[in-house]
Amino acid sequence: MKKLFLSLSLLAVLFSPISAVRAADAPAPERSVSERLEDLEAYVNNGARNASTNAPSKIAGSGPGHNAWMMTSAALVLFMTLPGLALFYGGLVRKKNILSVLAQCLGIAGLVTILWYLVGYSLVFAGGSPYLGGLKFALLKGVDANPNTDYAAWVSQNVYSMYQMMFAIITPALIIGAIAERMKFSAILLFVTLWMFVVYFPLAHMVWGVDGLMNGVWNGDAKIKAIDFAGGTVVHMSSGWSALILCLILGKRRGHGKEPMQPHSMVMCMIGTGMLWVGWYGFNAGSAVAADGIAANAFMTTTLAAAVGAFVWAMAEFLFRGKPSVLGFCSGAVAGLVVITPAAGFVDANGAMIIGVAAGLVPYFAVVKLKQMFGYDDALDTFGVHAVGGTLGALMTGFLATSSVNSNLTDANSYAKANGLFKLVGNGLWMEQVKAIGITLVLAVVGTVVIAYIVKAIIGLRVSEEEESVGLDLAEHGEEGYHGA
Amino acid sequence: MKKVEAIIKPFKLEEVKDALGDIGIEGMTVTEVKGFGRQKGHTEIYRGSEYTVDFLPKIKLELVLPDSQVEAAVSAIVKSAKTGKIGDGKIFVSPVEQAVRIRTEEKGDSAV
Repeated sequence: MKKLFLSLSLLAVLFSPISAVRAADAPAPERSVSERLEDLEAYVNNGARNASTNAPSKIAGSGPGHNAWMMTSAALVLFMTLPGLALFYGGLVRKKNILSVLAQCLGIAGLVTILWYLVGYSLVFAGGSPYLGGLKFALLKGVDANPNTDYAAWVSQNVYSMYQMMFAIITPALIIGAIAERMKFSAILLFVTLWMFVVYFPLAHMVWGVDGLMNGVWNGDAKIKAIDFAGGTVVHMSSGWSALILCLILGKRRGHGKEPMQPHSMVMCMIGTGMLWVGWYGFNAGSAVAADGIAANAFMTTTLAAAVGAFVWAMAEFLFRGKPSVLGFCSGAVAGLVVITPAAGFVDANGAMIIGVAAGLVPYFAVVKLKQMFGYDDALDTFGVHAVGGTLGALMTGFLATSSVNSNLTDANSYAKANGLFKLVGNGLWMEQVKAIGITLVLAVVGTVVIAYIVKAIIGLRVSEEEESVGLDLAEHGEEGYHGA
Repeated sequence: MKKVEAIIKPFKLEEVKDALGDIGIEGMTVTEVKGFGRQKGHTEIYRGSEYTVDFLPKIKLELVLPDSQVEAAVSAIVKSAKTGKIGDGKIFVSPVEQAVRIRTEEKGDSAV
């Protein structure tokens, strides 16, 4: 630090004669060396720039370290969908439907990107009402390399918008797990388009938007002081509950419960799981929107919960079924990652371990017992893992969040101070989480019912019986996943 | 001439092939097949959904032999393919009317 200070002073001395000459024409304000140093410290500590002077900051744009991590994180979150989720789900369907899953993931990635550019980013992250953002950033207007300090002091807004877009892509892609092997491609595209407007954009704004209804950490006026670090409600609850409703309206696959429908490639499924796990570091640690201590903590909690979830789920199978399965390990890892998502930046190592154990057991019973009991055809268990896991995570975050790992939960954060969140941490925060869970659940369920029936009326939801038995790959995409013997 | 068809466990193929070689049998046709007998299939469980897999992978060996070699071949297969457990397989012997070696057009015993 001393060296830096010295070299900065030296620079200041060197350049002062020049600025003195310029100052003769137009006296431009200059930051003092100590003010410039404060800017640098703010960058290193991911704080706000020194605002005590009118002189423009010499580092007005983004900070390279934070920006580098966010670009990496954005790529990692995209990697979760393409090809992580595509392979995870793709391995679990029958051979004749593998390409349909890949096409649905690719189709959603393209479609959501277009919506995000048009109005999606703006509806989520521009200021507006507590329920939905405005149109200030429509067509990504003004979304350039400068930071949007509502969300991050040192990350370019174009990077931030792309990072958040990857979340908007994977969320509807998760839904296809429940409706795999029988829904029309055109119906999926129409459903997802409507769903983004009715469920995702409003919900993401409520939870993460600068004036969002449930943004306890960053909105001083938040009515519901809930916290959701990386999307337990926005991503997992919304997709999971919508998936359940959509698969109920859509109906079971033909031959469900009578014909064999084993995964066609557990190998592919495991590869996808590994990619999801790795990608999730961008999802959770990236949600700090900085390469700071909160990101570091999220990196650790994510690892612990995923590993423990994988182990506990498979051990539960070992205990109750006699054999630990690869699908059990994979499901447990994903469940651990889902449940830690809302908590990643708010809990410590012990909290993450508790979450990992719960993630290995609760979704396990949802998938193995609940599904059998009610007989719905949640083909690849989007509900059992994401809705149950997301809800569990949102609730457990309320109990396990601690300000010792995240100073944004203390009164040092002016927003948490203004809305009173800092008093709730460790002291009734779970009630706020329950409110957020309720709103998410109602929005996802009601929104999906309405949209599903609209799509059903306009173009129909299901492929014909013949197309379903031939397989969606040939019927819908004119291709086969595997040729030859 | 007789045709000997043997359905055996896949992991026994090498042993059976060597045992047949030892008694002077010079050729055979091998096919990967699926089927079930008393062994039935097995159960696979994926996240609580149980699937019964009825058809198990087996190997089918086909040999066409002069009558004089049949008994020795059958006992060589039985000896080498036996594990004593259910699912070891079966051997079928049936008459063959004619055999032709395509290259030389030899017929009958000298063609097999």
